[in-house]
Amino acid sequence: MTWALGAGASVALGGCRESSTPREPRSSTVTLTFWNGFTGGDGEYIKKLVGDFNRSTPGIQVKMNIYVWADFFQKVPGAVISGQAPDVCVMHIDDIPTNAARGILVPIDDLAQTLGLKESDYISREVWRGGLYKGRRYGIPFDMHPLGMFYNKAVLRRAGLDPEKPPRTRDEYMAALEQLERNGIQGHWMSPFPFTGTLQFESLLWQFGGELFDPDVTRATFDSDAGVKALTWMVDLVKKGYSPPNVGQDADVIALQNGENAFNWNGIWQINAFDEVPRLEWGVAPIPRIGIQDAVWGNSHQFVLLRQRSPNKEKLEATRVFIQWMSQRSVEWLASGKIPVLRSVAESPEFNAMEAQVQFARQAPYIRFPPAVAGIADALAMVDKAVNQAVLGKASPADALKSAAAQATQVVRDNHEKYGD
Amino acid sequence: MRTQGPQLQSLSPEPRPIRRAGRATPYLFLAPYLVLFGVFVVLPALYGLWISLHDWDFLLPRKPWVGLRNYQNLFSPESRDFSDFWQSMRATGLFTLFSVPFLVTVPLLVALLLNREFPGRTFFRAVYFAPYVLGVAVVGVLWRFLLDPHIGLINQSLSATIPWTTDVPWAWISLVGMTVWWTLGFNAIIYLAGLQDIPRELYDAAKVDGATRWQRFLHVTVPGLKPVLLLVLTMTLLGSANMFGQSYLVTRGAPANETRTAIMFIADTGLRTFRMGSAAAMSYVLALTLLVISAFNFRLLRQEDT
Repeated sequence: MTWALGAGASVALGGCRESSTPREPRSSTVTLTFWNGFTGGDGEYIKKLVGDFNRSTPGIQVKMNIYVWADFFQKVPGAVISGQAPDVCVMHIDDIPTNAARGILVPIDDLAQTLGLKESDYISREVWRGGLYKGRRYGIPFDMHPLGMFYNKAVLRRAGLDPEKPPRTRDEYMAALEQLERNGIQGHWMSPFPFTGTLQFESLLWQFGGELFDPDVTRATFDSDAGVKALTWMVDLVKKGYSPPNVGQDADVIALQNGENAFNWNGIWQINAFDEVPRLEWGVAPIPRIGIQDAVWGNSHQFVLLRQRSPNKEKLEATRVFIQWMSQRSVEWLASGKIPVLRSVAESPEFNAMEAQVQFARQAPYIRFPPAVAGIADALAMVDKAVNQAVLGKASPADALKSAAAQATQVVRDNHEKYGD
Repeated sequence: MRTQGPQLQSLSPEPRPIRRAGRATPYLFLAPYLVLFGVFVVLPALYGLWISLHDWDFLLPRKPWVGLRNYQNLFSPESRDFSDFWQSMRATGLFTLFSVPFLVTVPLLVALLLNREFPGRTFFRAVYFAPYVLGVAVVGVLWRFLLDPHIGLINQSLSATIPWTTDVPWAWISLVGMTVWWTLGFNAIIYLAGLQDIPRELYDAAKVDGATRWQRFLHVTVPGLKPVLLLVLTMTLLGSANMFGQSYLVTRGAPANETRTAIMFIADTGLRTFRMGSAAAMSYVLALTLLVISAFNFRLLRQEDT
């Protein structure tokens, strides 16, 4: 299997393998440290991949540390300051600008160039451009992980719905919820928490034609008509009884596993968790078009290099080999619940055999990412607050969004001043 | 504290006068602690004060001096942090107000029970203390699932849909309840130690005088526990005012940010948005508030003495 994948991947990297594949250093063994936050089901997959890498490249040995993402982002700056920075890391696309601005990451345009990577190799323009900050490349895409719609087939059948034809449009979706309701099932549990409430809101905001911020990210615009429509739709699910009120953290997804909930818009990473639930018949589809256009929230893991006190040429070379090897094996990584970023991998038969991932990948052309500006997470926290407030019925969608947007505008202005964008 | 037998007293030697050369002795004994205290408490505290006067991101080369602006921002309603900060201070205040009475009285009742002779006493002491050894992460996850409004065990057994984690006042009841369950063992142990220091003779004498059980509690136990009470009250107040993990894990600060405590907001500001200057200023305002409350608390209990 590895051979077949390797062959597919060499095409994936633009066929420039012969000319520019970095040679493994021969002299002695180079040890690389690799940090990431794959603490979920994907941890096993990354361990296996790194193990395979170590076996196939005796000259380069990778030592991996896995931290919870929150800890990861507290440890990384400390490591960089004290000159103990790991050689290579994986970060989310929206963490790149903040860390680039704070001097934690180093630009890697030349590395991308050596690997022969270019925009047309990727299935999403946004995922490739997301690795850029102020015109320089800091991240090399590893995968994408969008939101999608999981559904419980048994529950749909119980309500007389076709489990092989999940709803695609707003009308179909509302009709399905209505039919579920008549059968005593609350079909879409609306979470007030970031996972998954905020991700749903952002997807819907884009679907209704709205944006989180204005193009220069100087002002929050998620309180626009589109935003109000998006949040109102979410709140109405509760008001109309399609969702119970006061859904707790993760309760929406557990309810789906227990057969109490029919639909759950959740991240692709949920695939393996559902696979482990005995007797659960689940399916997955792109999230329906509720607004006027298709759009869905997504994020991407990207390889990044950290600032070293004393950069080492040999290590840099080894890092290059590692990143290239990992990108080539991305089909094995995708099994952990991700969709490919490289066009060639997306078109490969190996990937197309992954049923659930393929459903998620149908959304690739319209996956949206948070804007690439430093400190954006601080402003996005205000979106979490507005969604929480409105879904819990503490404020009307318009009021909640308005005050949150005012605060977010203040935050992005502070950030411009602080990071000098 | 224990009463000494007369023969023991006669054996103890006359206190020798401290020689001039020995003057340094007490300071030498104190030195290791003072060094640690200085390096890990006083210096960081002063450094924090310095940080609070800057717009401080420890990774950015430019850390502009802003004077008292970080403090002024906390008191001017149009600033970015004003409403969030005071909302979080209010949340901390509410939690302290609700939790301290339970955390001071419930462990006392438990300690009184566990101080009596009965079979299996050691077992029960262990049972009450056991939750305290759990980390807040374990406690948080455990209660989050017990308390979940729809899939939680508590609502299932009550056949209710009480929003334990998503609405006030229920969220406060949950947070206080789980904190009492989690930490009561610690205060109970301190009370227990205090109870065992009260001389038995006093109870015997009170009994001879015909005091009822309630009178013995009021006139022997309570005065005997006074120093311990002061300790427990002060520590519990400070502990509750520093609540963080429970809200962070169980309610995520919901609804909106109503159960986000001051420490949670400070951690957010300093460690997530990297505004160390503002976070340091907030910490000082919080610390000062707690200092005033503690001083008041000491005064109150001392006045009762006279």
